[in-house]
Amino acid sequence: MSVKIVFKHKLATRWMHWVNFPVLTIMIWSGMLIYWANDIYEVKIGNTVLVKFFPEWFYKSLHIPYRLSEGMAFHFVFMWLFMINGLLYVSYTIISGEWRYLLPNKRVFKESWQVILHDLHIRKQAPDQLKYNAAQRLAYTMIIFMGFGSLLTGFAIYKPVQIQWLTNICGGYEAARLEHFLLTVGYVLFFLIHIIQVILAGWNNFRAMIAGFEVIKGDSQSKKI
Amino acid sequence: MQEIQVDKEGAKKYKRKSLIAFLIFFIMIGAAWAGWKWLVTQPLDNGIKGGIPKPLRKVLDINEEVYSGLYSTKHLIKEYPKSAAAKKARVNGNLGLDEETFDASQWKLQIVKSSGDTLFLTLDDIKKMNKIDVVFNFKCIEGWSQITWWSGVRFSDLIKKYGLEKESAMKFVGMKTPDEEYYVGIDMPSILQPQTILCYELNGKPLPMNQGYPLRLIIPVKYGVKHLKRIGTIDFSNTRPPDYWAEKGYDYYTGL
Repeated sequence: MSVKIVFKHKLATRWMHWVNFPVLTIMIWSGMLIYWANDIYEVKIGNTVLVKFFPEWFYKSLHIPYRLSEGMAFHFVFMWLFMINGLLYVSYTIISGEWRYLLPNKRVFKESWQVILHDLHIRKQAPDQLKYNAAQRLAYTMIIFMGFGSLLTGFAIYKPVQIQWLTNICGGYEAARLEHFLLTVGYVLFFLIHIIQVILAGWNNFRAMIAGFEVIKGDSQSKKI
Repeated sequence: MQEIQVDKEGAKKYKRKSLIAFLIFFIMIGAAWAGWKWLVTQPLDNGIKGGIPKPLRKVLDINEEVYSGLYSTKHLIKEYPKSAAAKKARVNGNLGLDEETFDASQWKLQIVKSSGDTLFLTLDDIKKMNKIDVVFNFKCIEGWSQITWWSGVRFSDLIKKYGLEKESAMKFVGMKTPDEEYYVGIDMPSILQPQTILCYELNGKPLPMNQGYPLRLIIPVKYGVKHLKRIGTIDFSNTRPPDYWAEKGYDYYTGL
């Protein structure tokens, strides 16, 4: 029985991926401590509130109320780690050539659709792929732009006088705050889908993000990588 | 992606590699958790600072140095037409505004000079100076903002008029309410910014009591917490003056 070792994720990629996890968690948590002090966002149709960001039970269960100063302190310390890790990742992806696997290509929209149909068990055959499938290319490229967006909208709220041009690009102070918030909602959605996909993809895929390689036994040659 | 075929021995080797990788992974989770526990159990920074773990305060102080580099008195805050200003300015907090102990007829602004002498100014003395309007988006540290119209005299004009150049060469300005219940410390470059005013009018009318009658600070390059209402005393120093909210864990600088 032959065994194939497929080297998937580089050491640097794995480190930056896992460093980002606690850092982003702290950023979102401390961001909620800040947001609580002026929690004005809700989704409304007419006069009916569909979603309130956030309901009282939510705040209470996470011990969020009356911690604005603490939230700001953590947010403005850990933002540097978030920023440095993100910049390192982007530089590494460019220099190492890994971007070739990550950037969406010409066929990305068509293939993403096929991936989604396949994942929903509507289509039998998944499209051919290299390291990442088309839907992954879209998602992982988009998340980097979202990271940049968080950085820019964050600084636009944080220093609206000294970096006024940035605040203006964002459409003003209050618009920047809303954009910053929506991007965070985006991360949470990304995270949920990401977790489901990782569970569905199985052990080999998960191991690759920790050890770097997949182990493929001879009899499962056709298995999706 | 690079791939290799391995025999039984090779497969064992990669099994071991995989095991080591997971071991390192769990050790790193433990280290991160220990690091977090260390951070949140660090002593709080006390004295004129306070309320948050010392390492966090240290980084905030480094942040201040970064932003002082960005800061320029030439960076003006955007101004709006008076018609854009809210008819009713939001009131947020009444610290230091106790009506019962405050006698408006006796009020004088006290400016403590570096020689130790105190300068006493009446509201009329201040009104004699050049009056300017500032209509800007007032930003609260809580996250809300509101376009409001304030009028008064430039702090930098007061420095010139009363010959306080020696004082303005120092690093900080401290302000207190007459009852000393509320107090702020502000870095000199921010207070000398041309839109920083000692304000006695809101929407073209004398300041209401709850907005700090007779005189308050308006400093658009800072969050509202620094816009002290009802100024009693102003002094100057080279070390950070006490600051009410910094003692409660907020950033001292809070520059926008």
